[in-house]
Amino acid sequence: MKLIAAMSGGVDSAVAAARAVEAGHEVIGVHLALSANPQKYRSGARGCCTIEDSHDARRAADVIGIPFYIWDMAEEFHDGVVEDFLSEYAAGRTPNPCLRCNEKIKFAAVLDRARAMGFDGVVTGHYARTEITDSGKTLHRAVDHSKDQSYVLSVLTVEQIRGAIFPLGDTTKVDIRKEAEARGLAVAQKPDSHDICFVPSGDNAGWLRDRLGSETGPIVDQDGVKIGEHKGAYTYTIGQRKGLGLTVPTADGSPRFVLKIEPVSNTVVVGAREDLAVSTMRGERPVWCGPAVTNQKLRGFVQVRAHGAALACSYFLDGALLVAELDEPLLGLATGQAMVIYDGDRVVGSATICETE
Amino acid sequence: MSSIYLDHAATTPMVEDALIAMTAQLARLGNPSSLHTHGRATRKTLEDAREVIAIEVGCLPSEVIFTASGTEANNTALKGLYWQGRDNGRHVVVISAIEHHAIIDPAHWLQEHEGAEIITIPVNADGVIDLDFLSHLIATRGNEIAVISIMHSNNETGVLQPIRKVVEIAGEIPVHTDAVQSFKKTPLSFSQLGVYAMTLSAHKIGGPLGIGALILRRAVEIPALLHGGGQEREIRSGTLNAPAIVGFAAAAKSKHYDIAHVASLRDSFIAGINAAIPDATINGISSDRLPGIVNVTFPGTQSDTLLLLMDGQRVSCSTGSACSAGVHEASHVLLAMGHNEVSAQSSLRFSFGATSTYADCDFVVSVLPDVITRGRAANFS
Repeated sequence: MKLIAAMSGGVDSAVAAARAVEAGHEVIGVHLALSANPQKYRSGARGCCTIEDSHDARRAADVIGIPFYIWDMAEEFHDGVVEDFLSEYAAGRTPNPCLRCNEKIKFAAVLDRARAMGFDGVVTGHYARTEITDSGKTLHRAVDHSKDQSYVLSVLTVEQIRGAIFPLGDTTKVDIRKEAEARGLAVAQKPDSHDICFVPSGDNAGWLRDRLGSETGPIVDQDGVKIGEHKGAYTYTIGQRKGLGLTVPTADGSPRFVLKIEPVSNTVVVGAREDLAVSTMRGERPVWCGPAVTNQKLRGFVQVRAHGAALACSYFLDGALLVAELDEPLLGLATGQAMVIYDGDRVVGSATICETE
Repeated sequence: MSSIYLDHAATTPMVEDALIAMTAQLARLGNPSSLHTHGRATRKTLEDAREVIAIEVGCLPSEVIFTASGTEANNTALKGLYWQGRDNGRHVVVISAIEHHAIIDPAHWLQEHEGAEIITIPVNADGVIDLDFLSHLIATRGNEIAVISIMHSNNETGVLQPIRKVVEIAGEIPVHTDAVQSFKKTPLSFSQLGVYAMTLSAHKIGGPLGIGALILRRAVEIPALLHGGGQEREIRSGTLNAPAIVGFAAAAKSKHYDIAHVASLRDSFIAGINAAIPDATINGISSDRLPGIVNVTFPGTQSDTLLLLMDGQRVSCSTGSACSAGVHEASHVLLAMGHNEVSAQSSLRFSFGATSTYADCDFVVSVLPDVITRGRAANFS
């Protein structure tokens, strides 16, 4: 096949590209320039689109022996990922930008462009697997569960999965680093990227405050009684206990937790731990990574964070909403997060959480 | 699959004479500044080379100042002439809108750090500078201008600029011209042009990388960028790179570049493009141009996609400039000629050299329809 390897400048995408070449594919390396004003150097494990990273990607492509180009996706990234991140927070939800990037950039803008140019698919260094089954090509967890990235890939449609190649899904990260070393790739010991790539300081709250302002507002209890003041509702997360700065104690002295963020009234609602419990979640705009879910109730697992636990549940489609009923309640669940349904290690699909109870 | 190189304006193969002369000199010992036998031998070879270059460029040997690149020669000229002018109360730097970054960027540096004011001469749709603008500028603010720097020919479009007329209009104001693309590709004489300073680069004419020259009028003394041993009229200190200079001279002397032949290749290529892609347009087509450069706009495409697809056909061509992150940018040259951001990003430069053939042209024309079709399909902007 003729493939585009998306190369971030990190160790994973470099080894993925090398493996694709070794598997006999005709591979071209592409680094996505996602920032209009990239920083020159990486600072530790933060960010992934500095000029230094693009040099690392180019060097890896040269060592592997494949052509290399840089594609400017800064505008698409800004509109599809950064703006979405801001508007979701402004609406009181907690978005996952990596998921948006896969949905809108890597397996949409890049894959579409690659296909139009005569390529068959896109290779990435994600830790996930695909399998060819009776129902087509399906998406699965990586064997290295600690690095598994199937959660952030759960927004891919069947058609996108068809064009996606994940050569690293069968290997642990430790072995990928060893393999990079053996292949003479200088990025073998480069630190992993953490946090959000477009917030190079790592200070998400500060980054949001700079863009959304820091209008103060009330912190109220479940009866609506004001018991404190906050500095920008979006800097809080559901389930948060520390840093609330509350001076009015509860009757029994038990701690309070953030239960709800109401952006319109700029209010943060707090309450007792047991009020965080969620037993049913509903998600909008479902995407199926294989056969579509119906109104027939099925048993499986739901995961609500990138590296969260898989929670046993029953799931079904209720109108346009994907519903998951948990066997055991979960404490603290923010709307805007993705609920990803698994059948064993197969990704069934995902939706954006819009209601919890 | 054989590969086709149509990026000679970026760099071009070394001519055999230059390769032989340079490699022979690499094996010879002696610092040209040394006073002993070894030094004198190197000095003799080097001065022979200087004389050859002087003859080829129509200047005195003493007017040749060797530098490590065309970029260095441009920086030396622009900054040096600006500082000299500033000492006499002149603070304006005049450049054109289509200069190479090796002029634009030092000009901006002078503005940010040294108190210069930049005035930019616009170009018309054919890519030629506006002489009326220059005349008016000199009539109104002539006594403030420290230096005028206008390229002899543009590196992206090949369009020749009326430097002789610029010199006439400028009168006593120092004029520098970046002639990196012109040398050996079109008649060029330093003395006939009447400029104060002119930039050359060896690797554009079949010489080695890493050597250039600033041709600077004998009587003009400008402040140096590099201070040290006082070589090159104390304007450019540093041990002279004798092997590269010898290679430079051999390339300058060589008759390998046949202007009429390259121009004929170019014209045949343009005819082929017009037939294959009827809505393609050649930038600067109405102007006098260098023989080897063809800049084409393919509507509805993005040039970085076209470059990738051409590269896939083993055809090397160019998209103009890229920023420090390697992202393709709209060409400031095409924008200055009236293109918008979109059409400026839909253009490719093909540049021919002494080794280019009709078969090269024919092959590129044969793959163009498929490349352009895919390029248009992949353009979602």
